Amino acid sequence: MDAQVLDRILDKYAYRHSDIIEIMQDVQRIENYLPMESLSYISERLELNLARIYDIATFYKAFSLKPRGKHVIKVCCGTACHLSGASQSLDQITRQLGIEEGETTEDRMFSLETVNCLGACALAPVVVIGAEYHDSADANKIDKLLSGYKVNGESTD
Amino acid sequence: MKKIRTHSDFERIKQEYLKKSSGRTIVLRTCLSTGCRSQKSVAVSEALWSSIEKKGLQDKIEIKQTGCHGFCEMGPIMVVEPQNIFYKKVTPDDTDEIIEMAANGGGVIDRLLWKDPVTKETVKCERELPLYKNQKKNVTYKSGRIDPKDIRDYIAAGGYEALIKVISTMTPDEVIDEIIASGLRGRGGGGFPTGVKWKICSESPGDIKYIIANGDEGDPGAFMDRSLMEGDPHSIIEGMIIGAYAIGAVQGFIYVRDEYPIAIDHLSGAITDAEEYGFLGNNILDSGFSLSLKIKRGAGAFVCGEETALIISIEGRSGMPRSRPPYPAVEGLWGKPTVINNVETFGNVPLIISRGREWYADTGTKNSKGTKVFSLVGKVRNTGLVEVEMGTTLREIVFDIGGGIRRDRSFKAVQTGGPSGGCIPMSRIDMPVDYDSLREAGAIMGSGGIIVMDETSCMVDVARYFVGFLMGESCGKCVPCREGLQQMYRILENISEGNGEEGDIDALLEVGQFMKTTSLCGLGGTASNPVLSTLRHFKSEYESHIFEKKCTAGVCKNLFDYYIDDKLCTGCSLCRIKCPEKAIEGKKKEPHVLDKAKCIKCSICFNSCKYGAILIT
Repeated sequence: MDAQVLDRILDKYAYRHSDIIEIMQDVQRIENYLPMESLSYISERLELNLARIYDIATFYKAFSLKPRGKHVIKVCCGTACHLSGASQSLDQITRQLGIEEGETTEDRMFSLETVNCLGACALAPVVVIGAEYHDSADANKIDKLLSGYKVNGESTD
Repeated sequence: MKKIRTHSDFERIKQEYLKKSSGRTIVLRTCLSTGCRSQKSVAVSEALWSSIEKKGLQDKIEIKQTGCHGFCEMGPIMVVEPQNIFYKKVTPDDTDEIIEMAANGGGVIDRLLWKDPVTKETVKCERELPLYKNQKKNVTYKSGRIDPKDIRDYIAAGGYEALIKVISTMTPDEVIDEIIASGLRGRGGGGFPTGVKWKICSESPGDIKYIIANGDEGDPGAFMDRSLMEGDPHSIIEGMIIGAYAIGAVQGFIYVRDEYPIAIDHLSGAITDAEEYGFLGNNILDSGFSLSLKIKRGAGAFVCGEETALIISIEGRSGMPRSRPPYPAVEGLWGKPTVINNVETFGNVPLIISRGREWYADTGTKNSKGTKVFSLVGKVRNTGLVEVEMGTTLREIVFDIGGGIRRDRSFKAVQTGGPSGGCIPMSRIDMPVDYDSLREAGAIMGSGGIIVMDETSCMVDVARYFVGFLMGESCGKCVPCREGLQQMYRILENISEGNGEEGDIDALLEVGQFMKTTSLCGLGGTASNPVLSTLRHFKSEYESHIFEKKCTAGVCKNLFDYYIDDKLCTGCSLCRIKCPEKAIEGKKKEPHVLDKAKCIKCSICFNSCKYGAILIT
């Protein structure tokens, strides 16, 4: 990531140590993950121990230290989704894409993640691809859902 | 000049806005909250605009883009006023017709009305829907009625009047007394009396004090706070300003989960607007009192909903809880006295101030006053957001409001309180829902998720699910929580995989009790609740898993098989086509057969069969 872009982010938060989580979120929003070089740069400029930054990056589930695919698939595993078959949906995505939770496909098209709850429980089970929410996404619907993204890279739903 | 200094400034702005919108007597309230949005409500809203423009009705019809109405499952939702017509599952293709009908003030589009799944009767008005008519909407009243992105709409609906009353007529101590007398208790789960918390903080010595709204709604299966933040952000901000005035705080934070982008967007906009109108910032309403508010985004850590962890997260560290006392009201953010309340708690505050302590204390039960917002989800017919008076029975919530269990299956239990909560069986369905009775039944109020389970929900699996969830979220700092969860998970996994042994139940009880009494924070202290409460009410289900190696709910894969009932099977072949393992064979119009050896129990056939011919053994 460009040093200039990082400086702009750091400026936005006035180099405050207490805003380190926000700073890292902004980096991840642009890069889709947290590149190690960017974290080292931030550590240097903020004069904040890299160990603390690494601690935060591994403590909070939203952060990824590995590059992620073009489409990040988030399978909601909240209680309502679990009861409505979220784990079967997850299994079906795993079978379809050949990757486990936390992995990215070789062509870097898809990353598969689970989230605790997206607060869209009335639509369970919920699968989010990129920024798009898909409701009632039980195992039955997974193939159709994914094929929309595979064909033209965008949802056809 | 927007900045409000006096009461007459306030009245002028309110009257100007009311006058401006008075010409458009027809109002279409469309929901743009997460639930409806995921069902493409933005496209519907855009189509409505173009339909109005096409017909040149801009001066007659107003489209109000609101927050959550509560009936998320039926989204995109829309209500046509003044007739109060409720339309569900609206698509962009319907908008011309909707505008036409609304402009003529007459007809109703039958196909868009909600139909009772049991009686098959349609319901025309929003207020007549079973989901709404048995509710008591106080805190969520404005959500779904006002435009959350327009501060004037909030003001026109009576917003910020409580703040003006507080600043012009009440001392901080009087505010605290009023909140104590109202009986308001924390809506985040603990149920600590809000006014008492404020009093402790107010009396704690400190040059700087802070106020924090906890919008880190981590409990899976709960979305009340999200809906409130999205649909009525100003009510939370107003409650916080009143709280800050009462305790003498100069800075405040709203901690919101990163998973709630719309809530963050609406709250940020609301803070900017409140500053512009003089409700936030320096010298609020010319009173000398100042407060700045800032949003802090979470980063996906459940434990950060615990107040001490949340505070550490705001400070920019990994959110690991610390032991209490000292409580945050004495020593909180950066070591200063801090009030931290749930967003719904703050949403109650303006109502108490405006309408008075007697009005508030008049609703609810002896020790639980007011209303509570619940997210009613799971295997119930009407899922969504419901607000009821404290003391309403579970039966009323699940059967009257929720319409009973889907697909005519039988009720098994409700789970309340998220991962720290517990399961309540049918025998307790007539229990009034308040802080004390839930606790007595082995569950807790929690933040307000009510998850309904039917005969296809396995209680061992539910316990394993919550323990697995918490195992992933335990920060690992204290031994009882870290190790206890691992051990409980191992035992539960064995049981659900068919490797359960005699003595497992006793071991679960022992570990669970030990964690309850020795864990550092609330997460560990309540983590065994899902196990203990399912053991208390559904012990026989554990026993059939352990001794008979059976999961009658059809959830634990090693402990059941699917088979096709040849009398019910019509030979439609849908299951055969859908089966990813080609485990089903059969000719068209002839009963099909499932090969158990090939079956991976992915549930696709079970869920896609329209004739209920796939059964569990």
